[in-house]
Amino acid sequence: MTAADTPQSASILAEIEARQARARTIFRLKSGATWLALIVIVLVGLYATGNIDTAFIGLWGPFIIGGAGLTVLVSAVSIFFATILALIGAVGRLSRNPYLSGVAGLYVALFRGTPLIVQIYFVYLALPQVGIVLPAIPSGIIALSLNYGAYMTEIFRAGIQAVPQGQREAAESLGMSERLVMRRIVLPQAFRIVIPAIGNDFVAMLKDSSLVSILAVEELLFRAQLVGRQNFRSLETLIIAAAIYWILTLTFSFFQERLERRMARGDR
Amino acid sequence: MIIEPSDAPHLGEVIVDARGIEKYFGRNHVLKGIDLKVRRRQAVMLIGRSGSGKTTLIRCLNFLEEPTAGSVQIDGLQVDADPLHANTRARKEQIRQIRLRTGMLFQEFNLFPHMNVLGNCVEAPMRVRGIPEDEAIATAERLLEKVGLSDKRDEFPARLSGGQKQRVAIARAMCMEPKVLMFDEPTSALDPELVGEVLTVMEELAHEGTTMIVVTHEMHFAREAADTVVYMDEGRIVEAGPPEQVLGDPEDERTKVFLHRYLSSFADREHVHNPELPPAG
Repeated sequence: MTAADTPQSASILAEIEARQARARTIFRLKSGATWLALIVIVLVGLYATGNIDTAFIGLWGPFIIGGAGLTVLVSAVSIFFATILALIGAVGRLSRNPYLSGVAGLYVALFRGTPLIVQIYFVYLALPQVGIVLPAIPSGIIALSLNYGAYMTEIFRAGIQAVPQGQREAAESLGMSERLVMRRIVLPQAFRIVIPAIGNDFVAMLKDSSLVSILAVEELLFRAQLVGRQNFRSLETLIIAAAIYWILTLTFSFFQERLERRMARGDR
Repeated sequence: MIIEPSDAPHLGEVIVDARGIEKYFGRNHVLKGIDLKVRRRQAVMLIGRSGSGKTTLIRCLNFLEEPTAGSVQIDGLQVDADPLHANTRARKEQIRQIRLRTGMLFQEFNLFPHMNVLGNCVEAPMRVRGIPEDEAIATAERLLEKVGLSDKRDEFPARLSGGQKQRVAIARAMCMEPKVLMFDEPTSALDPELVGEVLTVMEELAHEGTTMIVVTHEMHFAREAADTVVYMDEGRIVEAGPPEQVLGDPEDERTKVFLHRYLSSFADREHVHNPELPPAG
């Protein structure tokens, strides 16, 4: 009989466990309180300077927050197209056909090697010169999709390569064609591998979508700037914008974490 | 050496006819001219030290490895080694046809983790053979019952033990109705206590007359289930014949040495396999 089997030591073990759980909870509460305290200190400090106009915030806050819808819309549509581009790009990159591989390789190199802001301007301001005139929102979505598609191509490529070789061999041994192996066996597994990375990219996309404000797309940052500059109240408007971006990314990260945990459970 | 068991009236026509198989990995000469014939209902066990080319040989038979020279004929379809032109569309289709005639089992099982047991079994029949869903499911259920896993049809592979995974893999391969089943050390990745349930299923298949080629280190199993035991050494077939001869009274010195070493070092492991053990689960 080991020590743990005696009722006496079992109660000691339970006590140790309970104390550890309590210690963890207390740690979390303290670190959360630290966040809260720091944020309150900064806000109160700013307020104490007497330069924060709460009436102004009450008046214009709702208008600025109204831009969040467009921010989410632009990000969601862009991540959708970026994912499709990345899927095609990754299959192209891994293709044995040198032309396909070349096209995909150039795409990735070009869009990863130039600044996103240049790409956004290019679509909106440069393309009209050759007869391609696009409204601001589609221009922004196209640039974001192409740029993130290039980064995500590399993620997808790594995901496809991470599917064990034995999976392909098993599928091929069953007589499946290369195309079928890719579509039914490799890609679904690669997709599960890259979901965390896609989630990270979506968070990054939520933030980078602020760049389309330069095209006068009325999203969160554009509205904050518009109101802030006209009234010389950028402090208030940018705090609002930053807070909304933060809430959006925190919310998304929360759901992403839960999704990942659920998928991890399915794997076991 | 060509294997033609003399007194085996229960064997049918030649299903697998491999001739002059050579395989180089780079400059490394792994298979040095292998001739292997397997008849319908014949169970052939390939034994030999690791590195002797057993696994490479069966992987050459369904072109998971491209042989450097030689030809493979399976159920009447012949494909010649052609490593320089291996990637043409017509040849890929020929190789696919060879694979439709063969079933392959792997050391690591390689079940599809994103599909449940039934999905693993009906995927290829439905999408490759175009068999209607209800028919494919009926076949899968029949074969899952055969390997003792009817109750696991809705489970995902991650929830199965190694032995159960390998048995599902056997059912999955058989759902395609291959002419020959090839096993690449099917129990090597298993915990010792799970080896028996897989070998029991394989023994049953062998006794029912399933044509099979098995790379194995389980000598007890080979003795029980094989029609023919083939001993390979350094890329060549050294000795082949009925199990009681090759395992009991080998002619070749290398076979003797191998069996002697093998049986002494693996003496404990032989006790683990108990053919009477019913399939678990």
